[in-house]
Amino acid sequence: MKSCLIVDDSRVIRKVAARILEELQFHTEEAEDGASALSVCRHSMPDVILLDWSMPNMPCQEFLRSVRKEKDGKRPKIVLCTTENDANHIADVLGAGADEYIMKPFDKASLSAKLAEIGAR
Amino acid sequence: MSANDFAFLSDLLKRRSGMMLPTAKSHLIESRLAPVARRFGFKTVDALLHELPRGSEGMARAVTEAMTINDTWFFRDRAMFDAFRDTILPAMRIRRMTQGRIRIWCAASATGQEAYSLAMILQEAELAAHEWEIELIATDLNTDSIARAREGLYTNYEVQRGLGIRRLVSHFTQTGENEWRVSDSLRRSIMFRSFNLLDSFDWLGEVDVVFCRNVLLYFDDATKRRVLKKLVAATVRDGFLLMGTAENPHEIVPELEAATDARGVYTRTHPQQKRVRA
Repeated sequence: MKSCLIVDDSRVIRKVAARILEELQFHTEEAEDGASALSVCRHSMPDVILLDWSMPNMPCQEFLRSVRKEKDGKRPKIVLCTTENDANHIADVLGAGADEYIMKPFDKASLSAKLAEIGAR
Repeated sequence: MSANDFAFLSDLLKRRSGMMLPTAKSHLIESRLAPVARRFGFKTVDALLHELPRGSEGMARAVTEAMTINDTWFFRDRAMFDAFRDTILPAMRIRRMTQGRIRIWCAASATGQEAYSLAMILQEAELAAHEWEIELIATDLNTDSIARAREGLYTNYEVQRGLGIRRLVSHFTQTGENEWRVSDSLRRSIMFRSFNLLDSFDWLGEVDVVFCRNVLLYFDDATKRRVLKKLVAATVRDGFLLMGTAENPHEIVPELEAATDARGVYTRTHPQQKRVRA
């Protein structure tokens, strides 16, 4: 079973995402900000990270660069998840190390298709 | 809705589109026909259905179209598009080397996602740079769907289903908060027209690759056989026919043979080969 770390400051969003990912046969872990997400990654690097764009305390570009520098940090497929859907943001986060980009609100069909797109399913 | 009204609707759909309407699917009636009822000034779907036998051609057509819309998304059944890119296209490039021309037909393209997925693969294969002439034809029964496909506008939700972010960024521009537009070059690469599979295929000519996915399964056996035979006849002898993964056309037309590991991809076998095997 593949693992997915869900990083979002909203508990509600994390629960919704976790339910969808569990239906897609993922083992899920949750983190509410970049710092705790990094410590989860240092302990055990997940296969997939679903990362909210607007996290408190740490800009997502900084998290992307930090996690990619970790041991094994190139391995996870990282899906940015955001309400900001303009093309400049997209280019920016892809440059910083994200693999995919999903706009909120998403559902099981769109998340599943995105994960298939990056070979995570 | 009375049993008579249901029977009339079911008969109308079968006559005009080949589609079967089992009672199990009757839950679709309300949601699909509510907008049609409003458009024709009825308070309820029941009132629309009651009037349908005496209704205009336009009403019958609107009802048929609303009932036959099917869900679609970009690169639906990815394995099939991979087979198109990795097996079918390379094979056709060799087989059509002299002619320099490949004809592809998307026979039930709905709102265009499948046709644009093919157009993206074709553009990424840079065939035009090598002087290939590619004819990509996309048809659907539903005139509204074809109009939408031709316009090439999709919502955030639609562009997320099956479309990777890199393809989104390179083939679309954002034209609104919740709206993306397909590039002009992709739109120009497809010829869209509305077409009913029950009608004559005479305008079409022979096609190298035919996509007709998840349509035949809505037909009764006789219609399925008739349309499938026309589809096979429209496919050139060394071409490919791509069907939905749950359809089993080779059980109806034994001349068809699975062509790749991806389910749903068929070629026509040569009659000689059949004889040898028999």
